[in-house]
Amino acid sequence: MKRIGVFVCHCGVNIKDTVDVEQITEDLKNHPDIEHIENYMFMCSEPGQNILKNAIQEKKLDGVVVAACSPTLHESTFRDAVKEAGLNEYQCEIANIREQCSWVHADKAEATHKAKVIIQTAVAKLKLNESLSAISAPVTRKALVIGGGIAGIQAAIDIADAGYEVVLVEKKPSIGGHMIQLSETFPTLDCSQCILTPKMVQASKSDNVTLLVNSEVEEVEGYIGNFNVKIKQEPQLVDPDKCNLCDDCTEACPVLVPDEHEEGLAWRKAIYIPFPQAIPATFTIDEDNCLGLDPIACGKCKDVCEAEAINYDAKPEIIEEEVGAIIVATGYDLYPVENLAEYGYGKYPDVITSLQFERILSATGPTGGEVRRPSDGKIPEEVAFIHCCGSRDPDRHLPYCSKICCMYSTKHAKLYKHKVPDGQPYNFYIDIRSGGKQYEEFVQNSQEEEELIFIRGKVARIYQDNDKMIIRGTDTLSGESIELEADMVVLAMGIQPTQGTDDLAQKLKLNTDENGFMVEAHPKLRPVESIQAGFFLAGTTQGPKDIPETVSQASGAAAKALALLSSDEIFHSPIIATVDTELCSGCGICVATCPYDARERNEAEGIVEVNEILCEGCGACISACPSNASQQKNLTDLQISDMIKIVASK
Amino acid sequence: MENFEPKILCFLCKWCTYAGADLAGTSRIKYPPNGVVVKTLCSSRVDAQHVMEAFEQGIDGVFIGGCHPGDCHYQTGNYKTRRRVTLLKTTLEQLGVNPERLTLEWISASEGKKFARTMEEFTQKIKDLGPIPEYDFTENRVSEVKR
Repeated sequence: MKRIGVFVCHCGVNIKDTVDVEQITEDLKNHPDIEHIENYMFMCSEPGQNILKNAIQEKKLDGVVVAACSPTLHESTFRDAVKEAGLNEYQCEIANIREQCSWVHADKAEATHKAKVIIQTAVAKLKLNESLSAISAPVTRKALVIGGGIAGIQAAIDIADAGYEVVLVEKKPSIGGHMIQLSETFPTLDCSQCILTPKMVQASKSDNVTLLVNSEVEEVEGYIGNFNVKIKQEPQLVDPDKCNLCDDCTEACPVLVPDEHEEGLAWRKAIYIPFPQAIPATFTIDEDNCLGLDPIACGKCKDVCEAEAINYDAKPEIIEEEVGAIIVATGYDLYPVENLAEYGYGKYPDVITSLQFERILSATGPTGGEVRRPSDGKIPEEVAFIHCCGSRDPDRHLPYCSKICCMYSTKHAKLYKHKVPDGQPYNFYIDIRSGGKQYEEFVQNSQEEEELIFIRGKVARIYQDNDKMIIRGTDTLSGESIELEADMVVLAMGIQPTQGTDDLAQKLKLNTDENGFMVEAHPKLRPVESIQAGFFLAGTTQGPKDIPETVSQASGAAAKALALLSSDEIFHSPIIATVDTELCSGCGICVATCPYDARERNEAEGIVEVNEILCEGCGACISACPSNASQQKNLTDLQISDMIKIVASK
Repeated sequence: MENFEPKILCFLCKWCTYAGADLAGTSRIKYPPNGVVVKTLCSSRVDAQHVMEAFEQGIDGVFIGGCHPGDCHYQTGNYKTRRRVTLLKTTLEQLGVNPERLTLEWISASEGKKFARTMEEFTQKIKDLGPIPEYDFTENRVSEVKR
């Protein structure tokens, strides 16, 4: 029989005023299950903890109930104290007589009675508590980063620099993400490629980084510290090791396809290099459009390739990796511009998206950095920039603010003025959101120095009149309707999670929010961790953010992953499901109930077992078990039953 | 009947409703003292046999509190609880127990007020129903399990 000690805290007056602690001490003094009981003003204080520790040793207690505040506050304090006195931490239970008793009841007699019942349920539970220790498992010291934009690149570099291996998986043929498409970045107007390409090179040159492009995560199994990942790599039709970038193949290729990197403003061939600074630096074949995969149809590029780098018969490959931590950095897509039919995108060539304008501004873009409109190549004399396209419109489009559009639209207007000094930009905005270091200054200075015209109002419709675009809307400051002519219109598209985020979340068992972004473990205090242990989030997959924030989050995620990778072993709560092998009939109901795949059939024994590391201890399988074979450690059916009896009898 | 003070057993999930009950405390919102809490990690830990046993032992009302749909810390535990409670209510009715003696509520960690209000309403409802009659669901008794 356990020798249980009960320690009733006054919490100053917080408990004592409503709960008669002396009365409880007196009443429970002779309780058959209680060896020792006393009360003290502040159990959590140093002297209070010493009372607890001394009593454990002097009275030879092997279990302790502290009747005090909610376990959320001081369970760990008292468990530590109990441990210091030589007991197992799971031999300490908290009776919550403050938050759930003294603070919510007024009548002292009633509250005292209830507190007594609460203490006795804790004693009943403690009687059957086992001594447990955290479950440990080894850690595979390697990370997986999904997504090769700036977030994934930064995270991979940070992990590699710390001396750990990292697998960087990118869906497209080159890393770089959206950032490589940008012209200059706000608020400093750094050339985006100039600051990103060195990082791309660094990531690819690092001995610790394995770069897999044209690849997607197919399957993830396992648990924190020990994941098995299957990655599908599309066929390497051009061998990157053999390709010498001579460019003979593109001249031979007869197929023209809109260039994704140029956002459709230019054409590329079916064999192509995504952009000159692409990493890995190799040509690649676009399987969907290549004719050569049918050998009778074409095969021209293979004929001219002196390096013999082209192999039409290459097959997709499944690459298996074992990693300990996974960082998700899958980024964003623009909100579909087709959804804004009233702005005429697709119908009028001179209505373009913000990313298309980035390409037009870029020195490596389709116009060589000159601002020329797509329809006739004319330098536009007036350009309208429409903010909040798709954002902040809960009824029709995205409910949230995409966060970056105010800044990049201001930057667009400014860069346009740099390139076309006589030109006139008009920015249509709802509000200007310029929170960020030097951001407000950037907006103010741009407006003053470049004489930008900002019109507060939403654009209702855009249409063409001869070679001018007509923008109609309302100036919400004056309340008057406005009609403006411009040669080109740039739509500041909002951003949303990249296509496939939902699928990936399902594969990884991560949660997405109502807008499809990956959910962090805590919005303020754990913003780079996912609620699933071992998964971390970086960049816009978690929510709209700009480059500095993305890089910070990526480094944060890398740091969290590194903390995990640098541990010798990981620890896991031992409050998990157990199986009584004699009672288990192997029916498998628990297998279907478990959301963590922690239930594994043992066909040889005809039973189902629990993977101790995967089990999170929710208990769903236990209440589903028809044979009472499953139990939860330290919250068994018997313990619950004993608590029920206490509540019923008092 | 006038002075009947029902005994109520509350199974509260650690992540949402237990934290909501704590918040009622920190906000000093008063409610009747009839409910005593058994904390579970997830509402899905609550087994039908616990509820049956509670009624058999003479507990007048059983309250189960979980996270709102979509918010379960264990992804889908609350959905399982919802299904089980629906089924259990039917069974209770067949056994002659008023199914209103069992309730399932979604109360989040930020809903201290809702917790207090729900406790108040549920206590009143059980008061109106009166003391639970004696039952013996021997076949389902947990005490049958070997100790």
